[in-house]
Amino acid sequence: MNEPKRPMPAGPATSVGMFASLRYRKARDRVVEALLLACGMVAVFITVAIVAILVSESAVFFEHVTLKEFLTDPLWTPLFADAHYGIMPLVAGTLTTTFVALAVAIPFGTTIAIYLSEFAPHKVRESLKPVLELLGAVPTVVYGYFALLVVTPVLQKLLPELPGFNMLGAGIVMGLMIVPFVASVSEDAMRSVPVYMREGSYAMGATRLQTALRVVVPGAFSGIAAAYILGISRAVGETMVVSIAAGMQPNLTFDPTQPAATITAYIVQVSLGDLPHGSIGYQTIFAAGLVLMIITLLFNVAGFFLTRKFREAY
Amino acid sequence: MATPALPSNDLQTVRRDVASRKVRDQLFVVVGLLALFACLFSLLVLFSKLVMDGSDRFTWEFVSSFPSRRAAQAGILAAWVGSSLVMLVTACTAVPVGVMAAIYLEEYAPKNWFTGVIEINVTNLAGVPSIVYGLLALGLFVYKFDLGQSIVTAGLTLALLILPVVIVATRESLRSVPRAIREAAYGLGATRWEVTKDHVLPYSTGGILTGMILGLSRAIGETAPLITIGALAFIAFLPTPPLTDVAPYVSFTWLTDPFTVMPIQMFNWVSRPDPAFQSNAAAAGAILLGMTLLMNAVAIYIRYRFRKSINW
Repeated sequence: MNEPKRPMPAGPATSVGMFASLRYRKARDRVVEALLLACGMVAVFITVAIVAILVSESAVFFEHVTLKEFLTDPLWTPLFADAHYGIMPLVAGTLTTTFVALAVAIPFGTTIAIYLSEFAPHKVRESLKPVLELLGAVPTVVYGYFALLVVTPVLQKLLPELPGFNMLGAGIVMGLMIVPFVASVSEDAMRSVPVYMREGSYAMGATRLQTALRVVVPGAFSGIAAAYILGISRAVGETMVVSIAAGMQPNLTFDPTQPAATITAYIVQVSLGDLPHGSIGYQTIFAAGLVLMIITLLFNVAGFFLTRKFREAY
Repeated sequence: MATPALPSNDLQTVRRDVASRKVRDQLFVVVGLLALFACLFSLLVLFSKLVMDGSDRFTWEFVSSFPSRRAAQAGILAAWVGSSLVMLVTACTAVPVGVMAAIYLEEYAPKNWFTGVIEINVTNLAGVPSIVYGLLALGLFVYKFDLGQSIVTAGLTLALLILPVVIVATRESLRSVPRAIREAAYGLGATRWEVTKDHVLPYSTGGILTGMILGLSRAIGETAPLITIGALAFIAFLPTPPLTDVAPYVSFTWLTDPFTVMPIQMFNWVSRPDPAFQSNAAAAGAILLGMTLLMNAVAIYIRYRFRKSINW
């Protein structure tokens, strides 16, 4: 790498020139700082804009549909002549696929994290971790193809009754997709447990596995919980896998072998059609998006309190 | 406290206990490796399945044709041109804004509640589902700013999406520059911006580049937010060329042209029941996956090179 460029000596060495130049440089500093602050504010602006758009469009929706109907009606058929606006079928689909995904991602992710952090030799960890992270970089539409045309046919051999579109295959592939996130964040948490705690455990005669399960995992619990929460948010918000492989029919069921639509799949389904701006169908996707944000937020707040309760300070 | 002299059968029990724990230790190594390789194996299966299913579509015609009703004549020309132009807009907006926001947070921001608000926002934005960015763009860019379902809308949408990635990566690499470098430059009378521009930034180029490539590799595979803003799958023409033969030789008309991108093209093909289209989808997926993996490999390589060449 090149040496960083040396700043030019500032102006001529006469005192007047030096001060003028200093004033200029200080003014430039302030201008740059304002510009940088403006860029920092973009993050705040995006959050405000998301909330404003979701709430304002949903407000129009809730002028047509009561909150009671929205939460208790067991049917979601906003685009049919006999329109029903019950969000529960979509929420059920989202929760079921998320549950299946976590049932895959948590055991695999945690096991891999413990292995990489406590057992793997340095070289193995350094070479396998980047490869594992590639799993998280695969485009989700490619995972959708995988769920529909590889995983579902395999599952159909085990469960002959399984329909071509189902939440089980979609959920399993989503789980595979989140394994690297869960593993990577949990591993970071475990590695930040100080070495002397492990050494204390070894000195008492504990094996590596005992140390890992009884000292490191409890010590890193808040970080591991954060990893799970991250996994849940990913699964709740995942769109393409469920749109492709779980079918797009709203279906109030928690049975993963059934086809069903999730909140995200519904938004995709509506967007693929041609809805006029301002119609009730157009506003349903913002109401669905708002519910999605609220679910994500609930999990994040729960995670925040959970991690704070179990945080260990070293 | 254990009694000092254990009866011999108790000693046997302890030995057996120790032996079984050691076996369990070994077993866990096997289980851990199995879990790891199961994941890596599925990545391999995924890639080879795509390559096999799409094998007869890896032709020049596939890359240079527009989509068609007949699977054998359909191609990805509009899709890859669209993806490249959208990525150009995304890179030109997300990278400067993200890097500058990171510089502000790392080098300038005072420690107060206001900075805290910005930081919490950046963290939270990373966890917002991508489709919500699509809804934001639909309400804001498409209808409020009236940019339509165009390349510039798509580029800005993805820019918002990868902004947290760029900010976090840049902050990390700025933080790894030792204080001593900054102190030395301040000691010579440099202003804060001069310190940042001439000393801190050059040392963190590697990290910033890595973050930029990882962000773009995420953006190139994103489908959901672009479907939400209403991108079309069937585009049988190219955007206006950015270079013209009359003065001023550059044209920005392409920014407002309708577009399609690789993942949307693939999604369109995968959702058709005809197996011939699914082999198109597989070929498009293999190319898309190849591009993503290549970008990630480049990012890992850059990180490795810069780590090796800098010794504090």
